[in-house]
Amino acid sequence: MAYDLSFAQDVYKNSEMGHWIKMCKQCGVCAGSCPFGPHWEYSPRQLFQLVRAGKKEEVLKSHSMWMCTSCYNCIVRCPRSLPITHIVHGLARYASVKGYADPNQITNRFATQIFWPNIVGTGRVGEAMLTMRLYFADGLGAGIKRGLEMKDSALGMLMTKRLNPIPLRGKIKGYAGFAAMIAKAQELEAKREAGA
Amino acid sequence: MKEYTFFPGCSSEKNASAANMEHSVQAMCKILGIQLNEIDDWNCCSASIGYAGGGQLPRLSMSARNFALAQQQRGMTDLVATCAACWLAMREAAERIEHEPEVRADVNVALKEANLSYEGGIKTRHLVEVLIEDFGWDALRAKVKKPLTGLKVAGYVGCQTNRPFGIAGESFENPLYLDKMIEATGATAVPYPKKVACCGGALMFTEVEKSCALVRDLLQCAVDNGAEVIVTPCPVCQLNVEVYQGKINQLFGTNFNIPVVYYSQLFVLSWGGSWEDAALNQQVVPAEVLRRFA
Ligand code: SF4
Ligand code: SF4
Repeated sequence: MAYDLSFAQDVYKNSEMGHWIKMCKQCGVCAGSCPFGPHWEYSPRQLFQLVRAGKKEEVLKSHSMWMCTSCYNCIVRCPRSLPITHIVHGLARYASVKGYADPNQITNRFATQIFWPNIVGTGRVGEAMLTMRLYFADGLGAGIKRGLEMKDSALGMLMTKRLNPIPLRGKIKGYAGFAAMIAKAQELEAKREAGA
Repeated sequence: MKEYTFFPGCSSEKNASAANMEHSVQAMCKILGIQLNEIDDWNCCSASIGYAGGGQLPRLSMSARNFALAQQQRGMTDLVATCAACWLAMREAAERIEHEPEVRADVNVALKEANLSYEGGIKTRHLVEVLIEDFGWDALRAKVKKPLTGLKVAGYVGCQTNRPFGIAGESFENPLYLDKMIEATGATAVPYPKKVACCGGALMFTEVEKSCALVRDLLQCAVDNGAEVIVTPCPVCQLNVEVYQGKINQLFGTNFNIPVVYYSQLFVLSWGGSWEDAALNQQVVPAEVLRRFA
């Protein structure tokens, strides 16, 4: 296994809340708290230990961080008060930005390629468009199949006026300013993530 | 009439998934004497999954723009949210802007591009806290015109209304306010050991089978404890637990068909509001079991 001694330092400095990883006492409370626990290749506890051991590839290529449902169970239970949810989110983001995360990992793809462009494209979530883009991300055939599987739910939502029959939505009034704000924030974020 | 600044969030818009929450919340507030002043031109809070595409600063800036607009339009009036994910995102952003000078400075560099600024100070609250703290249990009970006597309800609090912040004064492992709300309508809160378990959250979009397995357990627990209806404060929980029952039945060979409503819908109904006021005509799993109180 390859060790990368600069990896831990970089995570402490540039991954969101990453410096907290130093404080973990490896008790495993977080691992026992995850709703998707059995589906994590490495539990949060293990991820943190792997970061400290410099196992860059093992951490960043793992699908584990994408198993976080944002339930915040771990965060309120950790005896060392680590902001675990945010550390895990941070590692997912770090892996995505540095190009290690599997681009086909479904939550990575949904969050970075579909969800984020959806909200910054108009200023608000367009639920109908979001669902369509997710279903059709693997092409027309897969989209129709998934759509048919979910057609009863979708129909129910449409009938009860909880899904917009027209997936397009307008931009917020102050969109120009909003977009400029996001662009500036992204510029600063990119600098910080590069360790500048 | 008490006034608050209001952040409805994307799912509470017209033709969005929590349109039934929004409609019943407005009816509930009208009966109670609450005026919710919506922030004009608010943007998305970045939701629980925004971290991956947005990172820290773009994500926090989104809430900061809403704070800045709120302050411009309504001064330091308390800002109220109804969606668990919005409330959580705003509370997190508010804390970081207030406690981390570096975050505050960076957020303001970004805000400047939109000709806005924000230095902190607005209190971000959940509507549930407003009901409990600013009105109180006696006031809520006093509004009841048609007690929901005999109705057995499982109070499903879920995750994000409960952690990491939680409703003030409640415990993380066994919050009691939702059961108290159920009882305040005259209904019976059945024991519900899964009250703070996870529904899969935003991962219901991507990890459907894994999330459906969690919801199956939530539904089974409600049924096992004799509940006729599940009640929740959270639009993500409501959606996941209600709308995916068909899919769950398909996946696991179960036969669930239990309505999932918001606390606001129970209040409106028990306070004498109509079926439509309570937005009970907008349930995907029909809440016919409540019809006897309409
Ligand atoms: S609960 Fe906290 S201290 Fe324990 S293993 Fe998890 S992160 Fe480390
Ligand atoms: S917030 Fe994420 S990491 Fe923490 S217990 Fe929940 S799923 Fe696991």
